Amino acid sequence: MSLEIQDSEFDIVIAALQPNLTTFFEAWRPFFSRFHIIVVKDPDLDEELQIPTGFDVKVYTKSDMGVLGDTSINFSGHSCRYFGYLVSRKKYVISIDDNCLPAKDNGGLIVDAVSQHMSNLKTPATPFFFNTLYDPFRKGADFVRGYPFSLREGVECMLSCGLWLHNADYDPMTHVVKRNQRNTTYVDAVMTVPLGAMMPVSGINVAFNREVLGPVMFPGLRLRKDGKHRWDTLEDIWNGLCAKVVCDRLGYGVKTGLPYVIRSDVEAGQALESLKEWEGVKVMDDVLPFFQSVKLSTTATTVEDCVKELASIVKEKLGPQNAIFARAADAMEEWTKLWESHGAQSS
Amino acid sequence: MAPQLKDELDIVIPTIRNLDFLEMWRPFFLPYHLIIVQDGDPSKTIKVPEGFDYELYNRNDINRILGPRASCISFKDSACRCFGYMVSKKKYIYTIDDDCFVAKDPSGKDIDALAQHIKNLLCPSTPLFFNTLYDPFADGADFVRGYPFSLREGVPTAVSHGLWLNIPDYDAPTQLVKPRERNSRYVDAVMTIPKGTLFPMCGMNLAFDRDLIGPAMYFGLMGDGQPIGRYDDMWAGWCIKVICDHLGLGVKTGLPYIWHSKASNPFVNLKKEYNGIFWQEDIIPFFQAVTLPKDCDTVQKCYVALSQQVKDKLGKVDPYFTKLADAMVTWIDAWDTLNPGSKATANGIAKGK
Repeated sequence: MSLEIQDSEFDIVIAALQPNLTTFFEAWRPFFSRFHIIVVKDPDLDEELQIPTGFDVKVYTKSDMGVLGDTSINFSGHSCRYFGYLVSRKKYVISIDDNCLPAKDNGGLIVDAVSQHMSNLKTPATPFFFNTLYDPFRKGADFVRGYPFSLREGVECMLSCGLWLHNADYDPMTHVVKRNQRNTTYVDAVMTVPLGAMMPVSGINVAFNREVLGPVMFPGLRLRKDGKHRWDTLEDIWNGLCAKVVCDRLGYGVKTGLPYVIRSDVEAGQALESLKEWEGVKVMDDVLPFFQSVKLSTTATTVEDCVKELASIVKEKLGPQNAIFARAADAMEEWTKLWESHGAQSS
Repeated sequence: MAPQLKDELDIVIPTIRNLDFLEMWRPFFLPYHLIIVQDGDPSKTIKVPEGFDYELYNRNDINRILGPRASCISFKDSACRCFGYMVSKKKYIYTIDDDCFVAKDPSGKDIDALAQHIKNLLCPSTPLFFNTLYDPFADGADFVRGYPFSLREGVPTAVSHGLWLNIPDYDAPTQLVKPRERNSRYVDAVMTIPKGTLFPMCGMNLAFDRDLIGPAMYFGLMGDGQPIGRYDDMWAGWCIKVICDHLGLGVKTGLPYIWHSKASNPFVNLKKEYNGIFWQEDIIPFFQAVTLPKDCDTVQKCYVALSQQVKDKLGKVDPYFTKLADAMVTWIDAWDTLNPGSKATANGIAKGK
């Protein structure tokens, strides 16, 4: 039932938005040390990166991005990690924000987020019918009464979306209004996001099949005042919606839930500054109805085809509403070109 | 604090054995009115533990009250419980099986399942976009980044589907293959099932807003004289979900947990479920493709329209579905007779009482 996945098929991609990654890497050492790691430095970051020794790490910086030539894709801030997706040569990628550390589960044990993501990608997803005991492939669980037998094989999981304890991924408004709220609930479940259901994918803690999904894992949507805090961006949300539409079209699965990481709140108090010009308040109200109603043609049978078609529909339907959507469509088209020339190969 | 909704909620319990299990629920259930639906031999006396406020109906009562329409109420199957929904005069229903007991949460505290269901029903649902932190209205949670602000009010919750620790609700084949499996995983979440997604609704630990969705909670023709059993709650679950999606109502699943103590005989279950296992392969695509006419703005209209489609499309699979479709109409007839002037409208507000 589950796929055989080797450690050597994984790359860990870390976007460095802060120079000192010592605490980060030391905390993740037990779980990262057996993997190849790609660190992509935010092109706007001037200071030298500090990364402890003992890891198989390759660091990419602004000058490495020059290999792409003249491109309209903006890799600054959190978007720099997508460069890592492009240059990775592995089948799978796991990406975690540099302000997240391993969490503890309800039993007090440190969670190996990497292994959990691997497990999510290895076992089938079940998007066609909701299983009330969540992931039927987990130990001690199964499909419940009333779950059609023909749907129990599931489909391959292409995207695994993890969660965050402590500083949850909220928009700046929520951060300001609920400034003391911290997420302390560890929900011990992984579940498949049903076919047709849309969800906000947070880029803070994700893993995916790069070989298949790579062409749709792009930084498309940039807010006019895109910043260095997660709440200044919606690029991952846009990415996730595109990926979900494509997965639904092609019969792939998306999971959400475990693993948790614990996210620091070093920046939490600064949300108020971001509110003044936060375009994000209205953007999602336009974006979501679009994604809920978009239909890709049956002739789009590959991820690349789907992305090209989606980009043109975005340009046509959303482009006129707001220039950021027209630019997103351009970025999507640009990404498919970059993927073809720089991203496609796996080793 | 006074028990919430104590004059607005009925607890419906189907039983054929006894109600000893109520002793454990006493601290939580005592303030509420019980509706006991006695299945099987009506001459048997079911003893209700001391102190509970209840009304009890056996088969003779059902026949007397419904007359010829009693044909839609199953016999020798817990599906008969839906008679209790029909005769209730309350806004909310909680239904529980007589082999379900109080569970403990991970801290060792007894779980007040009823209180959690009430919380679920009184808080909005969010079916239009999946919140990755699950119930945004739970303490300590909220809508995540990327959740459109226009959708943060949510929609009214029609159904709250709880889960079970210990004996999980497996079908007969799974029970036979995994006889020793026990559900020991406490998943601390309530979530809304997305619009357009069907799920297997279990009637063991279920609550709903009778005003919003009651007429669609028909548990079908099961048991004695029927070619199928153990699909009563499943059938109701598929019907209510399609109707809730159409009317803009929410369905939640997750907490609370109860402790399910009895595994029914898997060989007996296999015989009951046998047809269902094959039929569900046709039933699911049917429900996934169902669309209800725009002018169906009440639960009753939706349900009758659905019954017509059941007859047209599933009648081809087996004559049972033609009978079932007729029974669905009989049920609505009976519901409206017993509950005159009560029609829930599309925006979830009940007109009249």
